[in-house]
Amino acid sequence: MSEILLSVQDLHTSFKTDAGIVSAVNGVSFDIDRGEMLGIVGESGSGKSVSAYSIMQILAGNGNISGGKILYKGQDLTTWDEKQMRDFRGKCCSIIFQDPMTSLNPVFTIGNQLLEAITLHTDKKGKVAWDRAVEMLELVGINEPTKRLKQYPYELSGGMRQRVMIAMALACEPDILIADEPTTALDVTIQAQILEQIQDLQKKMGMAVLLVTHDLGVIAEMCDNIIVMYGGRVCERGTAEEIFYNPKHEYTKGLLRSIPNVNNMGKKLEPITGTPINMLNLPKGCSFCTRCDQAMKICLTEQPQESTINEDHMASCWLNIRDAYMEKNGGVVNE
Amino acid sequence: MSENILEVQHLKQYFKVRNGWKLLDLKAVDDVSFTIKHGQTLGLVGESGCGKTTVGRTLLHLYEPTDGKIIFDGEEVTSKNITAMRKKMQMVFQDPYSSLNPRMTVEDIIGEPLDVHKLYSTRAERRDKILSLMETVGLNAEHATRYAHEFSGGQRQRIGIARALAVDPKFIVCDEPVSALDVSIQAQVINMFEELQERLGVAYLFIAHDLLVVQHISDRIAVMYLGKLVEVADADELCNEPVHPYTQSLLSAVPIPDPKITKARQRIVLEGDVPSPLHMPTGCPFRTRCKYATEQCAQVCPELTDRGNGHFVACHNR
Repeated sequence: MSEILLSVQDLHTSFKTDAGIVSAVNGVSFDIDRGEMLGIVGESGSGKSVSAYSIMQILAGNGNISGGKILYKGQDLTTWDEKQMRDFRGKCCSIIFQDPMTSLNPVFTIGNQLLEAITLHTDKKGKVAWDRAVEMLELVGINEPTKRLKQYPYELSGGMRQRVMIAMALACEPDILIADEPTTALDVTIQAQILEQIQDLQKKMGMAVLLVTHDLGVIAEMCDNIIVMYGGRVCERGTAEEIFYNPKHEYTKGLLRSIPNVNNMGKKLEPITGTPINMLNLPKGCSFCTRCDQAMKICLTEQPQESTINEDHMASCWLNIRDAYMEKNGGVVNE
Repeated sequence: MSENILEVQHLKQYFKVRNGWKLLDLKAVDDVSFTIKHGQTLGLVGESGCGKTTVGRTLLHLYEPTDGKIIFDGEEVTSKNITAMRKKMQMVFQDPYSSLNPRMTVEDIIGEPLDVHKLYSTRAERRDKILSLMETVGLNAEHATRYAHEFSGGQRQRIGIARALAVDPKFIVCDEPVSALDVSIQAQVINMFEELQERLGVAYLFIAHDLLVVQHISDRIAVMYLGKLVEVADADELCNEPVHPYTQSLLSAVPIPDPKITKARQRIVLEGDVPSPLHMPTGCPFRTRCKYATEQCAQVCPELTDRGNGHFVACHNR
């Protein structure tokens, strides 16, 4: 029995810069069910983090949500004021950032920062709140929690700090946890610990997790459902099996071919040609058309709509649409 | 001529660190020995802070080694002959954003090693050499007059590689050359390294923390932990049959981009963090996180011994 917890519908987010307006997210839609682990994967600049920040409305000062809806349990977050949002953050939805070195305040102790989250969002105070903080640190696998609470961030290692961040994010038992590249700054052995931790906690607390990362390995290991983003748009979405074994978008295919894996050891990698697109002037058509080998005329001029491959799988690529409606679009010619 | 282009014997690199009023030795690299054959690639992997970058830099005398010998092409590398040696060994740095001088044009960046080693007689020859180097690494010759900031990360890394190739070296230290790049660009650069090796016969020390990338590009792999080598073997053998418990856990921690494989396998999750190199455990450096650790491990540091087939392991129990 799945229940849609958060529904992002046709989200547009843009940033005003000196060079012009940068549309970082262009019409992204997805749903997260209760207890689901959803992965967003993409290169830097694909809009994956901005999508996550838009949900929390913690965009930089020059950014704003210029269109679309974000429905949390049926209510549109984009119409909420700051006070309502403050209630939402932490209590209903919390976020772990990429860099555990800079996301903790260096001049306050761990306890101070952890208690702030607890006292702000729950009615726990004093000793009860402190006990809760100790409990949370134990939960994320930090030994000697009472000692750690009195320490400052610089006294902890990177892995420990990320655990503190997780403890802080989960202290108020949110429904949704957004993990924005939670392990990118960490070593593989520590990464394995943290990922295991997130999986365990998800099982224990039943929250939904939105995992944003560029690492296909992490995605493969963690997620049930995957969204592939490029140029601020969703290229392809589906279950992990469908995306990895039956990719239908040229970008996803290229991405999977270009990483070293068990099958292509000793062989040449097949890189995606060209360079990532400039977000200042997005192509009129499909955002991937400039790097796509299979690009057709229509790819350059019109954005592809999402087409259904099967019930677990959707892709936005004209090739699929062409294959499905071959006779109707008879005029489409390969470039 | 020996078959090894590089022989490193008992290399040590200690840094003096002030801890309060005490001066301590930080043993970044402690008694490391390895060899690299002509035209081959040795991958060096390990977690951050294990000393892999220091090894690379010490080879080129960017740091004066505390102790040990570096023999390159039959000749010992010393601080006296290092300038001449750097004509044969070069380095590509991790961060393509900070390793190029922002005030120099691409032409001057790539031309600088030619200037230093006086590898041309006329201006025209210099320019020809630079343009052919740019072509080698897949850069457009029209971009020679541009500055580094006008290029993307992948292109900057190509400039760095062209600069290293300028003196026609036999050996290049590649210090995390692809880790700052996007996945789709990484493959382009990795392929280029492989093509250059085939064409020019250059040997690499390929330092990286991404094991899949290292396995792809390397002939042999050395695994480092807290300044010491714990296992050295042929790439496929090391990845398929790791012997040292650290290598085993490192390999099992690498996320494999294949849901069926990665969900089916058993992860060996290591307890705790890497100890501080200022307070190294006695004996084997890995014993604090090792499930096989015994009394002996706390007292004697295991030596790297040959287990047959050129597979070297430093462990008492495995």
